[in-house]
Amino acid sequence: MPTTSRYARDVAVVAFAQSDHLRRTDELSEVEMVMPVLHEVLAATGLKAGEIGFTCSGSSDYLAGRAFSFTMTLDGVGAWPPISESHVEMDGAWALYEAWVKIQTGEADTALVYAYGKSSPGSVRDVLTRQLDPYYLAPLWPDSVALAALQARALIDAGQTDEAALAAVGARSRAAARHNPHAQLRGSVAQGDYQVAPLRTGDCPPVGDGAAAVILAAGDSARRLCERPAWITGIDHRIEAHGLGLRDLTDSPSTRLAAERAGFFDAPVDTAELHAPFSSQEVVLRKALGLGDEVTVNPSGGALAANPMMAAGLIRIGEAAARIHRGASDRAVAHATSGPCLQQNLVAVLEGDRA
Amino acid sequence: MTAAASPPEVLRAPLVVEFPFTRSLGPVQSAFLSGLRDRVVLGVTTSAGTVMVPPVEYDPVTAEELRELVEVAPTGTVTTWAWNGSPRPHQPLGTPFAWVLVRLDGADTAILHALDAPGPEAVTTGMRVRIRWAAERVGAITDIACFEPADDRTDPTDPTDPTGSADPAAAPVPHSGTFADPVTGIVAEARLDYTYSPGRAQTAYINALAERRTVGERCPSCHKVYVPPRGACPTCGVATTDQVEVGPAGTVTTFCIVNIKAKNLDIEVPYVYAHIALDGADLALHGRIGGIPYDQVRMGLRVEPVWTDGGRHPDHYRPTGEPDADYDAYKELI
Repeated sequence: MPTTSRYARDVAVVAFAQSDHLRRTDELSEVEMVMPVLHEVLAATGLKAGEIGFTCSGSSDYLAGRAFSFTMTLDGVGAWPPISESHVEMDGAWALYEAWVKIQTGEADTALVYAYGKSSPGSVRDVLTRQLDPYYLAPLWPDSVALAALQARALIDAGQTDEAALAAVGARSRAAARHNPHAQLRGSVAQGDYQVAPLRTGDCPPVGDGAAAVILAAGDSARRLCERPAWITGIDHRIEAHGLGLRDLTDSPSTRLAAERAGFFDAPVDTAELHAPFSSQEVVLRKALGLGDEVTVNPSGGALAANPMMAAGLIRIGEAAARIHRGASDRAVAHATSGPCLQQNLVAVLEGDRA
Repeated sequence: MTAAASPPEVLRAPLVVEFPFTRSLGPVQSAFLSGLRDRVVLGVTTSAGTVMVPPVEYDPVTAEELRELVEVAPTGTVTTWAWNGSPRPHQPLGTPFAWVLVRLDGADTAILHALDAPGPEAVTTGMRVRIRWAAERVGAITDIACFEPADDRTDPTDPTDPTGSADPAAAPVPHSGTFADPVTGIVAEARLDYTYSPGRAQTAYINALAERRTVGERCPSCHKVYVPPRGACPTCGVATTDQVEVGPAGTVTTFCIVNIKAKNLDIEVPYVYAHIALDGADLALHGRIGGIPYDQVRMGLRVEPVWTDGGRHPDHYRPTGEPDADYDAYKELI
């Protein structure tokens, strides 16, 4: 149980599952990809689909290339008889936030949160340009790697990193992913050529398909469903101005503010799961959170090892929670991002009961 | 008739999504884009005195409404850049170029665009650049064709450079924002290309249709047969794997009369669109009813598919001539 509670109800992550993240999954429709992870978290808790109080998902029609694509995956949830359900057109970390709020209101004791993305049918670098301001940015089609590269150059010019240090971030992430059977890139990966300089292949996330699911539960329900619940002792999300030229790209004040509001700075953490799809973004996030070398960062390999769009942020929360479940962590921070150059950031602090 | 699902033989097809959104511009964006058309660059001033280019309508810090426009110079300084060795479709230049954020002289914020330069060695943070205007300008951000290196070597925003700080171009000039024939909207064109794969269950369904057979899938838990199958039972939330051939005939469970002709549709109105429960299916699919006057279609009507040469799916359904089905036979499927 959390030592201090800033919220009306104590809510914990009690189960987490993710798919194997693969470059392509042509043989699977989205519901076929999502169903195994839904069954896995239900089996882990012993809950039946009809016993879940609230269901929330995160995905994007632009990845699927079709409108209301999320309605198809509802078949995998068992949405009949009617369930209480919602969806965010964002990473599933924000679906988790909505579910957490629903539990805080007292309208639900348990929630199923899932997220998925298939990037393989389209060109994700081009697809993501459609989330940009349609007046000044989208007509130029600046792709996600290009925008991250502008941020990387700003960091290098500011003396906060260099290309060798960035390469080391990618190498460390993929080495850590050796122990993650779900990761797409594991072990040694060539740093490769410049994609958009100064970012090389090794600084960029793999493009792939994948899904993840989490079950949240409140208070006694959490204790009943999980031996060591990962209590969400703080959660907050913040956004920055959309215009990249209005921002200091070497910093992430929204991450810092979200962390403050989530109580992150109240006590040390042992683990950080950071959603940094580009190596340079880990530099920004470490600074924003003031993480020292004593914190284990991305033991799962992070988004540089597997970055299924719309699920990668939820996976950070799930990975942090799973470490608490198995006793490898007592206090962890999970971070999720959305939009160009870390525009939107969510921070969750997770804690396990102390022995 | 039940058979184990055959191994996936993945179907793929190109899927093009195009969307020309027509967007209206507010007073600030209208002035900015009208200005670009006339080779004038406008910014907006905040109450703190910050000049933002490109201009926004509300202060990102205070949320205060911003309307005070100023003109800034077409020259500026690169604040950060990235070398794009392989331009992608639709990007401003077809040859390798640098993405740049440029703080125009007189502005305090930076604008994103492309810089035409011979190679990455020719680009540095802090370099001086100027706008290269598009030959034809319509009132869009692409009226700036790109930036190009400027031959002036002074940085007017550098206080240690007396030549630069004296540059009159650095001072923004108040501007009314009024233009003849102002641009009030843009069309945001976009095209995204996908290769769509429908997955295992729908692939099996589509392949069977090519043989003029309709296959559904049975839920292993509740035993309902879904047509078309999507791979999951929406009631039980489990995979449906056993293929079941259904039909070909079925029963109209409910219908509507369509009186408005859809664009590009070669069917005379009025016509009937119906839910049809194929024999052996536990879910009605939908299709058009033909071969009978529209006002004689009724619930319980027995129908069968009509295939046209080369068609990958039934063109429509027509009456079989059998007696109507009893209401009790299909009431659960409405």
